[in-house]
Amino acid sequence: MSAGQTVVSASANQGFVEFADVEKSYDGRSFAVTRMNLAVARGEFLTLLGPSGSGKTTTLNMLAGFERPTHGTITLEGQPVDRLPPYQRNIGMVFQNYALFPHMTVEENVGFPLSVRQVSKADIAARVGRALDMVRLKQFGDRRPTQLSGGQQQRVALARALVFQPNLVLMDEPLGALDKKLREHMQLEIKQIHTMLGVTIVYVTHDQSEALTMSDRVAVFNNGGIAQLGSPDDLYNTPQSSFVASFIGENNTLEGVVERVSGGECRVRLNGGGEINALAVGVTQGAACHVAVRPERLSLTAAAGGGNALAATVDGRIYLGDHLRLLARLANDQVLTVKVGPEATMANGETVTVSCAPNDCRAFPADAGTGGAIPKQGKMQ
Amino acid sequence: MSAFQPSEIDRPTLARDRSAADADLKSVSAALRRAELGDRMRSLLLAAPLLVLLALSFGIPIVLLLSRAVYDPTIADALPKTTAALAGWNGQGLPGDDAFAALAADLKENQVKGTAYELAKSLNARLPGARSQVLKTVRKLESADGQAALDTMKSVPFWSVPSTWPVIQSGTSSLTSFYLLSALDLRWNADGGIERVPPEQAIFIQVFLRTFFVAASVTLATLILGFPLAYLIANVPKGLAAILTVAVLLPFWTSILVRTAAWTVLLQKFGLVNDFLLLIGVTSDRLDLMYSRIGLVIAMTHIQLPFTLLPIYSVMRTIPPSQMKAAYSLGARPFTAFRRIYIPQVFPGVMAGCMLTFILCLGYYITPALIGGAGDQLISNFIANYVNVELNWEMAAALSFILLVFTLALFGIFARVLGLDRLKLV
Repeated sequence: MSAGQTVVSASANQGFVEFADVEKSYDGRSFAVTRMNLAVARGEFLTLLGPSGSGKTTTLNMLAGFERPTHGTITLEGQPVDRLPPYQRNIGMVFQNYALFPHMTVEENVGFPLSVRQVSKADIAARVGRALDMVRLKQFGDRRPTQLSGGQQQRVALARALVFQPNLVLMDEPLGALDKKLREHMQLEIKQIHTMLGVTIVYVTHDQSEALTMSDRVAVFNNGGIAQLGSPDDLYNTPQSSFVASFIGENNTLEGVVERVSGGECRVRLNGGGEINALAVGVTQGAACHVAVRPERLSLTAAAGGGNALAATVDGRIYLGDHLRLLARLANDQVLTVKVGPEATMANGETVTVSCAPNDCRAFPADAGTGGAIPKQGKMQ
Repeated sequence: MSAFQPSEIDRPTLARDRSAADADLKSVSAALRRAELGDRMRSLLLAAPLLVLLALSFGIPIVLLLSRAVYDPTIADALPKTTAALAGWNGQGLPGDDAFAALAADLKENQVKGTAYELAKSLNARLPGARSQVLKTVRKLESADGQAALDTMKSVPFWSVPSTWPVIQSGTSSLTSFYLLSALDLRWNADGGIERVPPEQAIFIQVFLRTFFVAASVTLATLILGFPLAYLIANVPKGLAAILTVAVLLPFWTSILVRTAAWTVLLQKFGLVNDFLLLIGVTSDRLDLMYSRIGLVIAMTHIQLPFTLLPIYSVMRTIPPSQMKAAYSLGARPFTAFRRIYIPQVFPGVMAGCMLTFILCLGYYITPALIGGAGDQLISNFIANYVNVELNWEMAAALSFILLVFTLALFGIFARVLGLDRLKLV
């Protein structure tokens, strides 16, 4: 199942979960979430991605029923759930710290949602067995959660959130406490379970690579709102703001002023000298802008006709095995990261020409989205 | 996660390697034991000053004091001749004249040595009224010898009452079960069996029951007051929690005597509590809150509240809010989540707090003395009375011993039911 297909089928039955003009304020003065409009399709894997404090966890908590929107409506399968307490929403939830019940065995933990639903003992045993089988923990059923490793505990939490067959599962940074290797392994496992069960998942993370790996669609949060909603491919290749461009993947940002806009393209005069052509993403003539270009779109070979070319000196080499990162210092002292093959021979101090196609450069208004500050986290994963 | 299978390695080599490895392992584990022994000795050395202090100031005095409940050589030391004369007596009726003569000689001896009063007191503890009889006989014996002494003995009716001599005989043995039995309102009867003392003499069982009842009432009251408060402190923002904790701990900073005195001011007939109750019209008459069970329980509850609350709070603090959120999201209603997720996790703290308060309440002394009425004196008041007023250390030791046994038994039951490792005191 490719991401592209899912999005098409998603748009066909929009509105399994819908946020309509949802706002949340804790103090009556500032908003944790503003003007949230979001539709999640049945069976979709949607990730809420953003730096801490961007409103993604508040959004999740409102959906789970732990927080009430100050304004607006959330509907689940067409029914407004604003007045529904969490225990009547039938939504599975996985927490960052697992939230397993330490006084119960693994089996009792997984059986808990069934036993509060008055399922018969025999039925509980069978369904708990199947759920533990799914997360490959069958032999650990009679252990206590504290006797398991972090990864195993999170798999128990996963089984517990899925065992009562909820239509919607929420995950709040479920892999945040695991080390990198285990995290990558669990990402695949969660993805497999999602494909197998066809359950709708809303997933919160601040790790952009996790979001890109797992999601059908990603909602990038910033300052309490959605900065951009789209497939990982969309977000990476056609970011709509400087914030999204720098938050998703790695990016070089060049500051400048728009000289002229013609069609979809614009000519930008860079601060400190040099001019380049770039795609115009909402920029107007004469305004300050940020031009974003990915390291792998820059090259040190002469550009084909019409390409941008900037003179630079090599300021550092970072060897990464399969490729090499060169730090190229421009005339205005700005340093660009250029991703080249590991066979590249340029030495420090050598003069080079950095070139790129105008289609790979995206010019955004300088003040849109970010408010100036670009969060560090998630940039260099 | 499959185990490593060394199937491709040729067997003889493997076996040789293994025996060498086993030998290595043995020497390693021996070295490890040596290293651990050193560690253990070091930690024992660090704890040694405390252990010595505990043994000197706690262990030895308790053993010495409690031993007085069963070891009382006063009578045997004072009456060596009588001891010898009664050795063959069967305990029926009155002993022969030789015993009377021996007792007379012993009494005279005590008068000379100046230990007559001590003997009289010790006999009196076992046989009420014996003190004056002994002292009277000693005075009469001063100028009598031989037959005259025997006649003097016979002339005091006390010595011809059959129930006197078995007590004297039991006193000639240094080891005695008399005080322990008395502490349980029991005694030896003439046939050598154990029987209950007559109802008008029985006091201690009732006092023990009263003590346990008051302790249980106070424990329950502190739990009812403390549990919600602990929950509040564990779940409000940090700043407010600190203020509330200080408010709870504040009583700790004043002495128990001051707090008790404060309650006498509040609870007395024309005190603030009665004024207030009259003002809001709850009662039409002033209540007897002072010198009553209810006043005692109120004051003890106030003093004990932090002891119950703090262990509960310390456990509640460790339960992350996501636990309850998880329970709700899994479909548990608030009451179900509370009952099945929250209560089982705070239970060790609740038990620890309640046990602490219950056991401390068993030893209350000042508060019942000042606030309780005559019918509200707890076992500690009786122990104190025996030590301070009656100077009957044997009885005090016996009551202390019984109290200790009851307390340890309760602790044992708690520990058995809960598992000691699950008790979280603070």
